[in-house]
Amino acid sequence: MEAQKDTNLATRPEETSGRVVSIKKQGTVSNTKRIDRSFRQIRAENVFRRTLVIVALSMVVLVLGIMLTLIWQSTLSIRSSGVGYLWGKVWDPVRDIYGAYPYILGTLLTSFLALVISIPFSFAVGVFLGEYYPKGWMSDLLKNTVELIAAVPSVIYGFWALAVLVPIVRDFETKIGVEPVGLGIFSSSLILAVMVIPYAASLGRSMIQMVPANLKEAAYSLGATRWEVIRFVIFPYTRSGLFAGILLSLGRALGETMAVTMVIGNTSLIPKNIFSPGNTMASVIANEFTEADHPVYLSALIELGLVLFLVTVVINMIGKKMISRFTND
Amino acid sequence: MESTIVKSVDYNAYFGENHVVKNVNIEIPRNNVIAVMGPSGCGKTTFLRGINRMHELIPGATARGKIMLNNEDVMEMHPIFVRLKIGMVFQRPNPFPNLSIYDNVIAGYKLNGIKLPKADKDRIVEHSLTRVALWKEVKDSLTKKGSFLSGGQQQRLCIARAVAMEPEVLLFDEPTSALDPISTSTVEELFHELKKNYTLIIVTHNMQQAARVSDKTAFFYMGELVEYDVTKQMFTNPKDTRTQNYITGRFS
Repeated sequence: MEAQKDTNLATRPEETSGRVVSIKKQGTVSNTKRIDRSFRQIRAENVFRRTLVIVALSMVVLVLGIMLTLIWQSTLSIRSSGVGYLWGKVWDPVRDIYGAYPYILGTLLTSFLALVISIPFSFAVGVFLGEYYPKGWMSDLLKNTVELIAAVPSVIYGFWALAVLVPIVRDFETKIGVEPVGLGIFSSSLILAVMVIPYAASLGRSMIQMVPANLKEAAYSLGATRWEVIRFVIFPYTRSGLFAGILLSLGRALGETMAVTMVIGNTSLIPKNIFSPGNTMASVIANEFTEADHPVYLSALIELGLVLFLVTVVINMIGKKMISRFTND
Repeated sequence: MESTIVKSVDYNAYFGENHVVKNVNIEIPRNNVIAVMGPSGCGKTTFLRGINRMHELIPGATARGKIMLNNEDVMEMHPIFVRLKIGMVFQRPNPFPNLSIYDNVIAGYKLNGIKLPKADKDRIVEHSLTRVALWKEVKDSLTKKGSFLSGGQQQRLCIARAVAMEPEVLLFDEPTSALDPISTSTVEELFHELKKNYTLIIVTHNMQQAARVSDKTAFFYMGELVEYDVTKQMFTNPKDTRTQNYITGRFS
């Protein structure tokens, strides 16, 4: 037992062993207690390390588990609908016909529209905080407010959109002469745009702050204005980082459920234009999960979740990859 | 009689409350190389950056007094015009990493939104790179990125980039402190060539360099211009005891 402990010490020489050995060399009886304490510490260290590894790895297992469950549970639907599931235009649980096309289209439409609306704002916030006012009370106020946007529960956004945004959109629709529903893709995109701004903005800010000062000075010394510095130095330098921020926003927008469910209008018709009511994959799952009264219906919903999961994972992975490539350069 | 191109009148520069450059009066003759030397923190770089109004880009930095360029006060001019007439080269070579060598040379035109015909661009690039003795080395790799060059070549590329704008004055902020000895001597040789067409103001912490390359030397200490004279005079027979102490290495 004693020898085993010694080898254990020998394998990790840089930490506690130095102290233990020196105590041993003194060789007095009164030191024995302290030696034991050191061994206990080493044992605790091993236990701690193992626990850490197990807990950390359980995250990987969890995600894999979610994915496997999704695949497993959707086999029934995959078998009955086949690949046609992805472009089937009819979703009729009564007749057991499941086509996810309207929802996939609704998800992509709301997300991309939200992205387009949010880009000018997140770009402006990123440039303002990263380049114009990196310090001071103004930037603190703006930074904290924008971060708060990400912290507000999405059901509150849904409420706000129903109470404020939808009537405004309805008036707008009356003015431009489309069917004044208010609820629909456009309203969802607006509220989604607000919700995803912090993601691209905060990443954009940190990327812009990383632009070396000497490059900016080089441009200023050649007579560039601030805008020209942003356009010719900061923007090309941070391009991939800004793009990654947009992808992360997209990942967020694709999966957002509550706020969208509340204002999108929840219809399984294919949206005619951006003002039409529609549905997204996430809101269909949220709306219909409790009504799924037979196995194929349930499985079709889970397959919808699988599609959403895969799309979001791929988008996030590309985004992360771009960030790491940017920060390694 | 040489004509004066840059003249400062009671120039003061501050970082917030910190008074870094104090009442500097200096007259810089055209087509000369002026070395500005002094110990660290003496305000020499701040003064240099004041000449083309780069100083005020730093938050909290302010300046008072006059800097005359051809009898026109640069403090009254728009900074952009000032910087087009007074080019600058920095301590560390800073070519734009995303641009080719060719595009780096004409970056000033690009930045200012000036569209030139291809022939003009070619001429400017060749002319500028020739002026900095880089043309022969890079003429076959103009499309490669600027960061592909060695440190010394990058610094000469940065000088070419400043020269391409045809300024009247070129400011150098310790231009060789990040370079190896061979690159340093190449850049120093350039100064002799460049002064035929431009006026050069070079901040350096290296006294030997000041002695080697400059016609006149200014010695800054604690934000003041202590002594300003013909270089040979300054190094052989300094008038101020502080200059003498600095040159003989009693402090640095």
